[in-house]
This record gives sequence, C-alpha cells and structure tokens, in this order.
Amino acid sequence: MTLAEALTVIVPLLRDELVVHANGFISRESFNCNDRPGNFYMIGSMGLASSIALGVALNRPERRVIVFDGDGNVLMNLGSVALIGALQPANLVHVVFDNEVYGSTGNQRTISGQVALEEIARSSGYKCVQRVDTAATLRSAAQEFLTCPGPAFLLIKIEPDREERKIGRITHEPPQIAARFKAAIRTE
Amino acid sequence: MTGADFFRLLREAGFDFFTGVPCSLVKSLIATLEERGGYIPETREDAAVGLAAGACMAGKQPVVIMQNSGLGVCLNALASLSLIYHLPCLLLITWRGYQGKDAPEHLIMGDISPILLETLRVPHRVLSAETVQDSVHWAAETLKQSSQPVALLLPPGVMQ
Repeated sequence: MTLAEALTVIVPLLRDELVVHANGFISRESFNCNDRPGNFYMIGSMGLASSIALGVALNRPERRVIVFDGDGNVLMNLGSVALIGALQPANLVHVVFDNEVYGSTGNQRTISGQVALEEIARSSGYKCVQRVDTAATLRSAAQEFLTCPGPAFLLIKIEPDREERKIGRITHEPPQIAARFKAAIRTE
Repeated sequence: MTGADFFRLLREAGFDFFTGVPCSLVKSLIATLEERGGYIPETREDAAVGLAAGACMAGKQPVVIMQNSGLGVCLNALASLSLIYHLPCLLLITWRGYQGKDAPEHLIMGDISPILLETLRVPHRVLSAETVQDSVHWAAETLKQSSQPVALLLPPGVMQ
C-alpha cells in the first residue's frame, strides 16, 4: 500500500474532523487527494504536527482532531507522543503513515523499522493503539478510529514511493491555510 | 513583582493559554499557573510553540514560557510556523547570561538573545519591575495588531 492508496481509503470517511498534516508528501498527497477547509497543512516545522493538533484538541474538546503524521516526524518529536499520553485528550486521533524513510528528501532511512512507534504510543498511555499492514484491513480500522475513545494511535505501514512522485505543492499561502482552518474550527 | 502579580497582568491583557518549559527565574509564575490548573508542561520549547499555534487557531491567546536556551531550540518553529502562518503567541523568555554574569553554558546565548529576536524580526522588550505593566499591555497590543509572536525578556531579579 502506498501513501496515496491509504489516503484514498481514509479521506472519503472524513466528515467534520479537523486534520493537521505533517510536512512533505503527507501534506502534498492529501492536498491533491481532497483539499478541505478542515485540513491544516504544516509546510515547515517538521515534527510539530502532533503538537499543533494537541493545541487544537485541548481547546475544542467537542471536535474530533486527527493528525496525519509520518514516522520521521514522530521520531523528531517523541516528547509530543508522551505529552498526549499524559494529557489524555479523548478527541485526538494520531494516524502515522510509516514508510520507514524520509520520503520527501529521497527515501533516506529512518529508524522506525527497528523501533515500533505504536509500542511507544501504547506505553505512553494512548487508549486505542493499532498497527495496520494491509489495504484490506485499513478501511475497518480507520472507521473504528474515527469514533473510538482517544487518544488513539493508528500506525499504517506503507511502501516508500520507488520513483520520485511528480506531486504538486500546496498552492495556498500559509496565512490563508491558517485562516481557513480557524474558520473550520469555529464551524459547529 | 510576584508570579501571581504577573499572572494577573497576563490575564487582564487577554492571555488565556499557558505552556512552556521551566526556568528557575519564573518558578513562582509556573507555581501560580499550576495552582490554577492552567499550565501545560511541554517537553521542548519548539513543541510548546507548536502547541501554542494550535491553541491560537482554536481561538486562544497563548503564552509560551522558556529560558533563553530554549529560544535556540525553537528558532525553526518560529520561522517556519508562527511567523509564516501569522499565528501569534507571547514568548516569555528568561534571560540567563544577562550582562555576562552566569554559568558558562549561558554566556553566549545570554549575549545574543536580543540579537536573535531582532534577526527573527520578533518585536521584544526587556522587563523591569517598574515597567512590567506597560510591557505586558504593549505585548498584547502588538500581538493583536501584527498577528505575529512578540517576546518579553525577563532578566534575573525582576520576578520574586
């Protein structure tokens, strides 16, 4: 399963969830799959998508907040996984697309092949934790994670893209992304 | 000025979300925040800037507390998140290495802290006991008008 294939399964299940995207291909692929006002694309500040999502989730407990994260991003900010486990936001779902490489910079390896990120989440106190390896099991897992009590951690093993994908960058300016997301947060 | 006094000024100026990484110079402020149950103890200063960015988009006016050592940690978070997306927060930065008097690990960062803020184009003021009220009001006004982060540098001896 590639990132694009995984998103093709998950994105149509989304309704009014707020989705904070990690930088790189995760933002770009999701933007090209279905650009929605409830999407925040973090184009820089690698590692901080889960921190941003936590800041939203703590202040809007009635809204479901999802992070589309990557293995490189999670490894860069493991403290955020620990903080989410400590604070127990029931409305936060942490989805990690784990391809074991830094995909946006040429597929240099990360260490998520040696270290199971879902076990770090489990020991940090996430309430629901699951690892999905195949497209066949992704749909039912994703459906369950959209409603299960959080904090929840869904790790999806994906293949790195073998050739460089010609995928467009985010065309909105950063202030426009933020303003649109703020308005989506205010919408009940 | 006590931490409780400073907290009151921050609340009056509209600040309503508090996170950061501690420094001994703001011990009493963090104790006040913890008593009121309104402080998120972050693990790193850049993560605190990310948390504040999320809180800001959810309608809050956040404060990020850190030692100036943490200013080094969060430079990229400020440059590639807060500043480009126009997500303001108040950075309350304790000034270790002030006037070259401190332990060796604080001297270089103490020397360059204001220069780093100027280079980042983050407006800032240095707190003193006499001007603290004006400075907090200035910070809140500047933050609202610019939609950008602002910083208050806190030298030793100002907060009891």
